[in-house]
Amino acid sequence: MTDQTSQDIQTTIDNNSVVLFMKGSKEMPQCGFSSAVVNALAYLEVDFKDVDVLEDGELREGIKKFSNWPTVPQLYVKGEFVGGCDIVKEMFETGELNTFLKDKQIPHKE
Amino acid sequence: MPMEQIEIEKLIKASLPGAEVEIIDLAGDNNHFSAHVISSAFAGKSRIDQHKMVYDALGDKVGGVLHALSIKTSIKKD
Repeated sequence: MTDQTSQDIQTTIDNNSVVLFMKGSKEMPQCGFSSAVVNALAYLEVDFKDVDVLEDGELREGIKKFSNWPTVPQLYVKGEFVGGCDIVKEMFETGELNTFLKDKQIPHKE
Repeated sequence: MPMEQIEIEKLIKASLPGAEVEIIDLAGDNNHFSAHVISSAFAGKSRIDQHKMVYDALGDKVGGVLHALSIKTSIKKD
């Protein structure tokens, strides 16, 4: 990963409270795992920035090194890596995601 | 059990001795798997770290041949 890619990722998660690095866009996810996270966030009415890793090969590989996490999607809240699809889904199902968003003061549907 | 499934289970168990591993072929296509891993080694670790331990066990298979591996981790109670 180039320093530039790493810096770009850092800038994106610094400037947006909730960022989802995903395959496709939130309007049109290109992968079931990405789609599942979009659905959870949409259900909770969370405003988030989507970044399509398919549009940039550097980013697609870079994001995995950045977080030391081998898969996409990846969710970041207030600069913190929350997890991938399985973790977000599990947090959503247990209600943990709701609590987490509240703790982080992210506006969402209770 | 198909090869891939045995291989995934073997790799996880090699890296996390004593772990219970349940692999399910989600779509019956030998390509979309879910792994439920129960290990005492997860105690005191965050969920992210627990999943990373499973990813580490599988090495570069994840994101390569294993595009679709869904992971669930639980702490084994002795």
